[in-house]
Amino acid sequence: MASIDISAIRKSYGILPVLHGIDLEIRDGEFVVLVGPSGCGKSTLLRMIAGLEAVTSGEIRIDGKRVNDLAPKDRDIAMVFQSYALYPHMSVAKNMSYSLRLRKTPAEKIASVVAGAATKLGLDPLMERRPRALSGGQRQRVAMGRAIVREPKAFLFDEPLSNLDARLREQMRAEIKKLHQDLGATSIYVTHDQIEAMTLADRIVAMHGGIVQQVGSPLELYDNPANLFVAGFIGSPGMNFFEGRYMRSGETASFALTGGAVLPLPSTANLPDGSRATLGIRPEHVILGAEGPDAMLAKVDLVEPTGFGIIVHLTLGSVAFKAFTLDRRFLGMQGEVAVRLPVPNLHFFDEAGRKV
Amino acid sequence: MTGKRILAFLAHRLAIFAYVVFALFPLYWLLKVSVTPNKLLYSEGIRMWPSRTSFEHFEFVLRHSDFPVFFKNSLIVSGSTAVIVTALASLAGYALSRFGFRGKYWIVALMLLTQMFPLVMLVAPIFKMLSPLGLTNSLTGLILVYTAFNIPFATFLMQSFFDGIPKDLEEAAMIDGATQFVAFRQIILPLTLPGIAATLGFVFTAAWSELLFSLMLISGNDAATFPVGLLSFVSKFSVDFGQMMAAGVLALIPACLFFLLIQRYLVQGLTAGAVKG
Ligand SMILES: Nc1ncnc2c1ncn2[C@@H]1O[C@H](COP(=O)(O)OP(=O)(O)OP(=O)(O)O)[C@@H](O)[C@H]1O
Ligand SMILES: [Mg+2]
Repeated sequence: MASIDISAIRKSYGILPVLHGIDLEIRDGEFVVLVGPSGCGKSTLLRMIAGLEAVTSGEIRIDGKRVNDLAPKDRDIAMVFQSYALYPHMSVAKNMSYSLRLRKTPAEKIASVVAGAATKLGLDPLMERRPRALSGGQRQRVAMGRAIVREPKAFLFDEPLSNLDARLREQMRAEIKKLHQDLGATSIYVTHDQIEAMTLADRIVAMHGGIVQQVGSPLELYDNPANLFVAGFIGSPGMNFFEGRYMRSGETASFALTGGAVLPLPSTANLPDGSRATLGIRPEHVILGAEGPDAMLAKVDLVEPTGFGIIVHLTLGSVAFKAFTLDRRFLGMQGEVAVRLPVPNLHFFDEAGRKV
Repeated sequence: MTGKRILAFLAHRLAIFAYVVFALFPLYWLLKVSVTPNKLLYSEGIRMWPSRTSFEHFEFVLRHSDFPVFFKNSLIVSGSTAVIVTALASLAGYALSRFGFRGKYWIVALMLLTQMFPLVMLVAPIFKMLSPLGLTNSLTGLILVYTAFNIPFATFLMQSFFDGIPKDLEEAAMIDGATQFVAFRQIILPLTLPGIAATLGFVFTAAWSELLFSLMLISGNDAATFPVGLLSFVSKFSVDFGQMMAAGVLALIPACLFFLLIQRYLVQGLTAGAVKG
């Protein structure tokens, strides 16, 4: 196991810059998840750590040793591909033992290690099969098995579960987490499924446009997003945003929504008077059926029961937003409902999208 | 509806059958003439099968003609060409498929360019080049020329097979601890066996039936290949159709054996990439 230090990493394909200076320190044994929308450079970063892409500038250290110019085979890392990349002409057992055979490990050692991994992953009855005779979930396990047999310095995962159906994904997610608890291996996991990110990560790295937006524990990112991108990306259903103008008068302040409604704010945020800003609130924090002076009337557009709770689509002024509630009374709701946006749960973002 | 479907099925089968008959008829005629005794060849008129068959032509060809020499020469030339071309084309095709390098565009363009000339144009210059090197009238010279002419197409063929193999596989192998070359040899090459078989077969047949260069570069019987040898039956005063056909039938044998050997891979190979496995 090892730490991985990434400093000022840049990557360009020809003249096209893809990563704009990434700094990241991954501690020994940590499970770090890279999230971000498609094309933000997650895979590129992962592949640079693996040695599959050349580094344009910056430095990658594994276990304190600079690896920029090291071939993948000399970095001692394992990787699970989205496509699994199992060798089609080898049996499951041969697939799993390939790395050990390349390293000329003694046969008895190989047999015992592979058997151990197979048992851990429930692959025992499948060892003589070819990959094409396996289901997606089984292939996924073989790919995991191939990674764990040789106790590498770190595991890299590039969207390993995205080809599985929802139920299997849930199951494998838990297995990966258990595996990590067992092995304690430094892991970097790329996904754009934010449930995976939230459940697996010790720390999440949110990326957008080749730039790290925020690094922190899952709940830090959820409760305290650093900017509009992270706020909107983490959480499902996503955070609601209202554009408007921040008004300050003495000790009190208010927020004039673009639709016309005005939200009184008791405390003052760190925004200049009259500046444009964005207010964010998570759907589960919107209070439905509220009473009191600061309640506002919102039009009910749609009610979506998810079984676990209810997602209510609302319009306030001309701005659409969502509320999430566990209260089944709201199932048959129609017309208008009084809503309240509790001040402690509000997030403010300045014009540049930074949290204030 | 089902009647229509049966009709369509029958028409389909009939069309295939008609095509196969059309394609194979010359071969059948070859076989037929080769077993027709000389006496009956012109006297019986056009018949689907002679009233009496004999192997006299085969016997003559094998015992009393230079055909065994031609045959051996052809085998050496075609076999060597196929192996050399396939080996080189595999490496070149892999490079074209996987690596970006300076001049790649021009190399591809040049290779395409070589495919554009009618070969007849090149006979004289090639003769002029090979002659001082002592490579005319030699099997080595022929192998050299065939190799040169087959490599571009074989390279493109191999490249398309490599393109069909996901890059993830060798990346996985490299992470597992292989160098790029080991990944190529242990992971990619075994998966390209169908493509290699197809390329081998293609080059082998191309070289086996090549006439032009063989005719021009080789004089005399010692280094002649069998297509040239076939022409020797034409010479003199008449055409020995029976013997010529017998020689032709014999010449089919290695090609058939070869294809039988690789056909398992060939079917996969020619359809590879059509469907994602
Ligand atoms: N070989 C390449 N040549 C040029 N551009 C590339 C190459 N590979 C990736 N890119 C570009 O780099 C950017 C980042 O790609 P990358 O694969 O890292 O995205 P990603 O975050 O993994 O996305 P996804 O979630 O869809 O997998 C993309 O805009 C992509 O178009
Ligand atoms: Mg990706």
